[in-house]
Amino acid sequence: MLAGDRIIAGAIMVLSVYFMIHATALPIGWNGETGGPGGGAFPFWLSAVMLLCSSLILLRSFGASARASFFFDMSMLRPLLMVIAALFVTIALIPIAGAYIAIPLFLFWYLKIFGRHGWVLTLCLTLGTPVFLFFFFEATLKILLPKGFTEPLFFPLYAMFF
Amino acid sequence: MDVLALLADGFATSLSPINLMIVLLGVTAGLFIGAMPGLGSVNGVAIVLPLTFIVPPSSAIILLAAIYYGAMYGGAVSSILLGIPGASTAVATTFDGRPMAQQGKAGLALIAAAVASFIGGTISVILFTLFAAPLADLALKFGPAEEFALVLLAFTTFVGLGGDDKLKTVVMICLGLVLSTVGLDLISGQPRLIFGDIPGFYSGISFLVLAIGVYGIGEILYTIETSKTAPQVTPARITFKELGYGIKRMGRIWKTMTFGSVMGFFVGMLPAAGATPASLMAYGIAKQTSRSPETFGKGNIEGVAAPETANNAASTGSLLPMLTLGIPGSPTTALLLGGMVMWGLVPGPMLFIEQPDFVWGLISSLYTANFAAVAINIALIPLFVWALRMPFTVLCAIVMVLCIVGGFAPSQKMHDVWLIAGFGVAGYLLRKADYPLAPLVLALVLGPLMEKSFRQTLIAEQGNVLAFIERPLSGAFIAIAVLFFVLPFVRYLRKGSRRSIVTAE
Amino acid sequence: MAYTFTRRIAMGLAASAAMFATTATGALAEGWKPQKPVQMVIMAGQGGGADRLARLFQSIIQKENLSNMPVLPVNKGGGSGAEALRFLKDNEGDPHIIMATLNSYYTTPLRTDIGVNIEDFTPVARMAEDTFILWVNADSGITSLEEYVAAVKDAGKDWKMGGTGTGQEDSLVTAMLEKEFDLEMTYVPFKGGGDVAKNLVGNHINSTVNNPSEQMGFYNAGKSVPLVAFTPERLAAFPDVPTARELGHDIVYAMQRSFVAPKGMPEEAVAYYTAMFEKLSQSEEWQTYTSEKALMPAFLTGQPLQEYFLAEREKHQAILDAMGDDSSS
Repeated sequence: MLAGDRIIAGAIMVLSVYFMIHATALPIGWNGETGGPGGGAFPFWLSAVMLLCSSLILLRSFGASARASFFFDMSMLRPLLMVIAALFVTIALIPIAGAYIAIPLFLFWYLKIFGRHGWVLTLCLTLGTPVFLFFFFEATLKILLPKGFTEPLFFPLYAMFF
Repeated sequence: MDVLALLADGFATSLSPINLMIVLLGVTAGLFIGAMPGLGSVNGVAIVLPLTFIVPPSSAIILLAAIYYGAMYGGAVSSILLGIPGASTAVATTFDGRPMAQQGKAGLALIAAAVASFIGGTISVILFTLFAAPLADLALKFGPAEEFALVLLAFTTFVGLGGDDKLKTVVMICLGLVLSTVGLDLISGQPRLIFGDIPGFYSGISFLVLAIGVYGIGEILYTIETSKTAPQVTPARITFKELGYGIKRMGRIWKTMTFGSVMGFFVGMLPAAGATPASLMAYGIAKQTSRSPETFGKGNIEGVAAPETANNAASTGSLLPMLTLGIPGSPTTALLLGGMVMWGLVPGPMLFIEQPDFVWGLISSLYTANFAAVAINIALIPLFVWALRMPFTVLCAIVMVLCIVGGFAPSQKMHDVWLIAGFGVAGYLLRKADYPLAPLVLALVLGPLMEKSFRQTLIAEQGNVLAFIERPLSGAFIAIAVLFFVLPFVRYLRKGSRRSIVTAE
Repeated sequence: MAYTFTRRIAMGLAASAAMFATTATGALAEGWKPQKPVQMVIMAGQGGGADRLARLFQSIIQKENLSNMPVLPVNKGGGSGAEALRFLKDNEGDPHIIMATLNSYYTTPLRTDIGVNIEDFTPVARMAEDTFILWVNADSGITSLEEYVAAVKDAGKDWKMGGTGTGQEDSLVTAMLEKEFDLEMTYVPFKGGGDVAKNLVGNHINSTVNNPSEQMGFYNAGKSVPLVAFTPERLAAFPDVPTARELGHDIVYAMQRSFVAPKGMPEEAVAYYTAMFEKLSQSEEWQTYTSEKALMPAFLTGQPLQEYFLAEREKHQAILDAMGDDSSS
C-alpha cells in the first residue's frame, strides 16, 4: 500500500510547513548582536530539514523500485476504529462526568462488549479499578482526578480520608 | 580512616529496626509508584516530603532515599512489561527490555534490570563515599558550552538506534527536536509554536506525554491490529533455575555494567544532564562496543543492563551537586533540596563540614535502600510476570486506563490526556509506515537542553562558535562525539563486503 | 443545553452532599470550610525558588494543622506563569483554588497579551518580599559597588550577567543597573536561580542578582561575595552589605510572595484563607525561615494588597518600557 506511505509523508510535509510558518513569529536568523540564533531559528530550520526529508520520501515512493512499508489488514479496521473511538469518548467524558464514571464505562465496554469476557471478570475490574484509583491516586498520592458533576458526592469521602 | 568512621556512624542510625522498617516500606511504595506509567520518583518524593516535616530528619531522609531508589527500580518494570517508559530515565530500557518480554523472557529481563540497578547503585554509592568533595569542583566546571558538548555526545551515541531508513530517522529526530521547542522560548521569554493560543502548550510538550502516547496507546493499537486480539506476547514463566541462569549471564557482562555505572555516576553528577543522557549513552556505547551490535534492539540482555546500571548510578550521582553545591540535577533532587531547606539544613559546600551526621546518614541509607530495593524487586518478579499472563484484552484495557490516568497525574491537565491520545494514533501510523519512534522520543528529551545550552554559550561568547572547541572540557567531548559519529561508518566500510551484517543493521 | 443540565444536577447533588457532610460532622463548622482538597497553583515549575517556598507553606499548613483539608501544590509554570493565570481565569468563583504568585504576576500579562487582567483576581495575602543582592565570584577580587562598576565598564560587552529568563525579575534588575550606571553587559538567561548561582561560582558568568536564599550556601563557603542589596534597608542576615540607596543609587526591587484567588471567590472562603495565612505568617517555622533566608516578612491582605498589586504593575510597566522590551530584537 504505497498510498499509506505517501499520505503519511504528505502529512509530515504539511506539518513541517505549518511549523515553519509559525516559527517565523520569532527571529529565525543569526543575530550577531545578541549572539547566536534567534528564538525561531531552531524550529524553523529543523522543520525545513524535516520538509526536505519527507519530500524525498514522497518522491522515492513514485520511483520504479519503490516498496511499500505500510501494510494494513482491512479486517482489523473496524475493531481498531472502535477502540480509538472509545478512547476519545472516554477522554471527552472525563471532565464532564468525572473519571469515576468514564473509566468504569470504558472498562465495561472494552471487557464485556469488545473483549466478550465473562461477567465476573468484567464486574470485578469495572468496580475494582475506581476503588484502586481512588485509594492509590487520591488518598495516597494526593493527586485529584477530575470528577465533573460527581464532585459533590466525594465530599464525604474527602472528609474521611484526608 | 575518617570516611569509614563517619560512614559507620551513619550505618548505626540507618540500621536501627525502625529505620529498617521505613526502608522496606519506602522501597515497596517507590517500586509501585515507579512501575506506574507516568509516575516516577518525583511523585513519590513530593508526597512524603510534607510528612518528613513531622518525623526527625534522619528518618525522613531514609524514607526519601528509599522511595527514590524504589522508584528507579520500578521504572524499569513498566519499561519491560508494558513497553512504556515510566520516566525518561527508563526509555533506553525499553529498547531491549520490551523485545525480551515479547519473547517470553520478561522474568530474565526483570532480573537483569534489578541486578544491573543494584550494581549501578552500589558502585556509584562507593564513588560518592570516596570522592564526594573533589567531584563537586568538577561539576562546577560545567558551563553551558560543556553541557552542549555533552548533549551532542549523547546524541551521537544513539546514531545507530534508528531503523534501516536513514531519511525516516532524520525526519523523526527533527520532529522530536521541533516538538521540544514548543512553549516558552527561555532566551527571549516569548511563547512559540503554541498552536494558536492553547494555554496547555505554554508549558511545552512533556516527554512523558509523548512516551505514553506512542509507546502506550500506539503500541496497543498496533497490537490490536496485528494480532487479531490473540496474545502476541509469549507467556512468561520464572523459576529459580532461571534466576540462577540470569545472574550467571550477568556475570559475563560485568564490563558493560562497570562502565555503565562509572559513566552514569559522572554524567548524573553534572547538573542539567542527569540520568536520561547517562542511560542513553550507556546503551549507545554498549551497542557500539559490542561484538554483535546487530542483536541490540532485539532482546539483548546487555541492552537492558547497560542503561539500568547507568540510570541508577546517575540518580546517586545527581545527589552530589545537590548536597555539595545546592544545585538540583533533576526535579526529584529539586524536591529533596526543598526538603533539606525545610529541615533547616543549608545545602552547599559547608554541608559536609557542618552536618556530617546528615550527610553520612544519607549515604548509609543509600546503601541500605539499594539492598532492600534489589531484594524486594526480585521477590516481586513473579507477581509482575504473572500480570503479563492476563488475557490480552484485559491487559489492553488496564494499560489504556493507566495511560489515561498516568498521563493526567503529573500535570493534572486534561490537555495532556488529549495529547496522549493524539500521539497514540499518530505514533501508531508512523510505526505502520516504518518510522523509528525511539529517535523521536529521545530528541524530545534532549532537545530543550541542547538548544538552551547552545544559545546560552553563543550569547555569553557573543556569537563566537569556536567557543565550543576552545574550552578544554567541551572540546574533548566534541572530539569524542565526532569519533562516535564516524565509528559506525568506519565499521560499515570494514565489514562492507559481508552483506549479512549490513542488512541486519 | 448539556451544560445547563449537568450544572443543575451538580447543584442538586452539591446541596444534598453538603447537607450530608454537615450532619456527618455534627455541624460544628462555623463559617466556611473547604470541602475538598485545596489546589495551590504555583506560577513556576518544580524545583525553583517559588516552588520551594510554596511547598514550605504547604508543609507548615500541614504541620500546624491550619486547614482541615490538605493543600496540594500544582505546578503550572508554562509561559512564565501565563498558564497559571489562564487557569485561574478559567476557574472563576472556585473556592478551592489559590495561587502562589511572584512578580511574573504582573510582567507576564504586560509582556504578552494572554487575555488576563489581574485586577479581576481576588487578593488573599502577601506573605513576604524576597530580596535581591548583587553577587560576584570571590575570585574576582571585587568587594564594592565602585570596583564593580569600574570592572564592568572596563569589560563592556564581555561582562556576563547571569539571571533567570528574559523579561523576568533578574533581567529587570539588570536593566535598572545598566540604566543607573550607564553600563552595557551581556545578559545570559538560565532556567532557574540555582542554575544561575552555580554558573557564577563555576566562573561561567561574572555577576548575578540572585535572591539570598539561592547564594546562601556558596556565600557561607566564601565562594561568592555580596556587593550591594536592592532593599530599602540593610538586611539582618547581611549586616555588612550596604543598600544601593545608602550609596546614593535609588534602586529598590523586591519579589513579592503572595497568594491570590480566582475572581468571584465567595467572601467567606477568602476570609478562611486569609485567616489561614495569617496564622501561617505567625508560625515559628516561617519566622525562622524569613530571618535565615533574608526575606522581608510583609503581611498584607484585602484591599490594600490589591492596591499594592496595581501600583507594582504600574512600576513594572515603567521598567519594561524603559527596557524597550528588547526581547523582540
